[in-house]
Amino acid sequence: MMKRIVIVGAASGIAKECARIWVKESAVDLTLVVRDAIRAQPLVADLQVRSPHSKIEAVTVDFNDATAIHNLVEEVYHSRTIDNVLIAHGTLPDQADCEKDLNLCKETLEINGVSPCLFAEAFAGVMQNQGKGNIAIIGSVAGDRGRKSNYIYGAAKGLVSRYAQGMQHRFASTRLQITLIKPGPTATPMTEKMRAKGMKMAPVDQVAKEIVDGIAKGKSVIYTPGKWQIIMLIIQHLPSFVFNKLNI
Amino acid sequence: MEISGWGRYPKIDAQVILPKTGSACASALKDPGLLIPRGLGRSYGDSSLAPTVLETTELQYFQEFDPETGVLACDAGVSLYEILNVFIPQGWFLPVTSGTRFVTVGGAIASDIHGKNHHIDGTFCEHVLSSDIALGNGEIVTASPTQNQDLFHATCGGMGLTGVIVSARIRLKPITSSEILETTIKAPNLDAVLDGFEKYIGSTYSVAWIDCLAKGPDLGRSLLMIGEHATDGGLKVSNKKPITIPMDAPTQLLNPLTIKAFNTLYYGKVLQAEQSRRTSFETYFYPLDQMRDWNRLYGKPGFLQYQFVIPTATGREGMRRILEEITESGQGSFLAVLKAFGKQNKNYLSFPVEGYTLALDFKVTPSIFKLLDRLDELVLQYGGRLYLAKDARMTEQTFKASYPRWQEFEAVRSKYHAIGKFASLQSKRLGLS
Repeated sequence: MMKRIVIVGAASGIAKECARIWVKESAVDLTLVVRDAIRAQPLVADLQVRSPHSKIEAVTVDFNDATAIHNLVEEVYHSRTIDNVLIAHGTLPDQADCEKDLNLCKETLEINGVSPCLFAEAFAGVMQNQGKGNIAIIGSVAGDRGRKSNYIYGAAKGLVSRYAQGMQHRFASTRLQITLIKPGPTATPMTEKMRAKGMKMAPVDQVAKEIVDGIAKGKSVIYTPGKWQIIMLIIQHLPSFVFNKLNI
Repeated sequence: MEISGWGRYPKIDAQVILPKTGSACASALKDPGLLIPRGLGRSYGDSSLAPTVLETTELQYFQEFDPETGVLACDAGVSLYEILNVFIPQGWFLPVTSGTRFVTVGGAIASDIHGKNHHIDGTFCEHVLSSDIALGNGEIVTASPTQNQDLFHATCGGMGLTGVIVSARIRLKPITSSEILETTIKAPNLDAVLDGFEKYIGSTYSVAWIDCLAKGPDLGRSLLMIGEHATDGGLKVSNKKPITIPMDAPTQLLNPLTIKAFNTLYYGKVLQAEQSRRTSFETYFYPLDQMRDWNRLYGKPGFLQYQFVIPTATGREGMRRILEEITESGQGSFLAVLKAFGKQNKNYLSFPVEGYTLALDFKVTPSIFKLLDRLDELVLQYGGRLYLAKDARMTEQTFKASYPRWQEFEAVRSKYHAIGKFASLQSKRLGLS
């Protein structure tokens, strides 16, 4: 039987690459959960070309509507075992804009923090019955310590970290794994503005490969590229009087 | 940000636009100002350099594939590497490939790249069925050998100066094995290797590595490598990671002594007059891809690649004369590749003409420009020309004398709103408007 994979926010740069790796490994039964079906069509076509024997569909939902998310997940699950869920959506607005515009601030907190948790909760609800599988959520190194350049986005990702920790505790005695992924800055459309300024980023295919491999190994936390684990360990432990002087 | 071509000479501080879709490319063109499209930046000189650069690397979707005909429709930013990764396991190969896989489909069309099978299969664009091009006025049009033909033939080999190639339909080639049966033939001098190309004209792939430091009776000593697709052995793509060159090499690493030593060892390594082996397609077609950032071996100043072609009629004599000039200069190239081209195509600025082509690398040094100017004179004298995708320095006079269809090219650019919209450092140097 084909592996069954669901990707939420499949249009995101990292998710797209993970999907490409999964369909390359073997033909899969893949559901892409997206906000905009028309924009997702090129991705569905691309994956189908890469893997003619895979079954690929795109479904849409409002990512901020709890009831809609609940219903969609029930519908997608439909008593068929799900092997992997990857929750990957997010936005990265400019911090200064979020400070000025509280609506943007709220949206940023919701889409990067609340929404991924709602999806994870809904999938956990249906997948606990099957007693196995993996739910992976993309957090961020930005969630490890708040800093002035992106703490609103970082706070939302911090919420995801704490949430994933709780889920891991909840399912510790089962074969349902929860994986928290913390990518460093990655070359995706989300970071385009920074890249145009010449900022070095990890290649998205490398990050995606580490994510797919980490999920297969059942890791609970994946820092990718791996060096970020050490960098963030240091950053988290810098005393405030040092940290607050850094312009980061 | 600072960008350069693969030769790392020259460099420019450019604003880089990264549209995500073909229509976003078209919209970006509605803004005033000059720009040049760029793919993975593997042209060597300044073809993809301008103060504003539109990079197409985010356009990376496969659109459709027909396993009956082998026709693939894809975005222009898809790389040849990606095509091989996806299609070799499905039993398909590129109809034509450059010596690196890290070029985009758009770049392959804009440079109308050639490969080791040019004498049989022609250039890359001869396998392009159609292409969608975002014009300078923000409109997207389809061009093919039967539709907007003038635009098609100007865009193929047109160095991105006609518009932004946003997608293409190309015909892949069926294979039953990813392996190549390679035969290496020792050619003790220039005549022997050129005779070899004639003798093996029926072989699918042929190319020669030539020792540019060998003098006198050894002038032009080469290893001629011919290849055929194997029919068995599986359809495999290697996952091996390339070696990385972590920093710029000291500028003196590649000097006449180290190159001479390398060349002698390389030639001497082949013991028999003829030697056959079975090898992976990666080793056969893309030996340098196994070393990521190999361009750093030439150190910080960068290098110039010089590739010319001389028509068959004057080919032997011209090649000998030019090789003599190079060996006398002692500024021999680390990598020199010789190939016999087949027929010329209809594209206005495509490089290949029937004859012999030689590609050489030269480290950027103050004295190198003078030598290359001298080589330009010889190339012109023998009726040849230089490859625009490698060029960083030829003069307007040299270009216009050796690409006689440049005025027709300009007329097509004018008709399709390209003038005043697309320009590179190269196009300005070559006197294109």
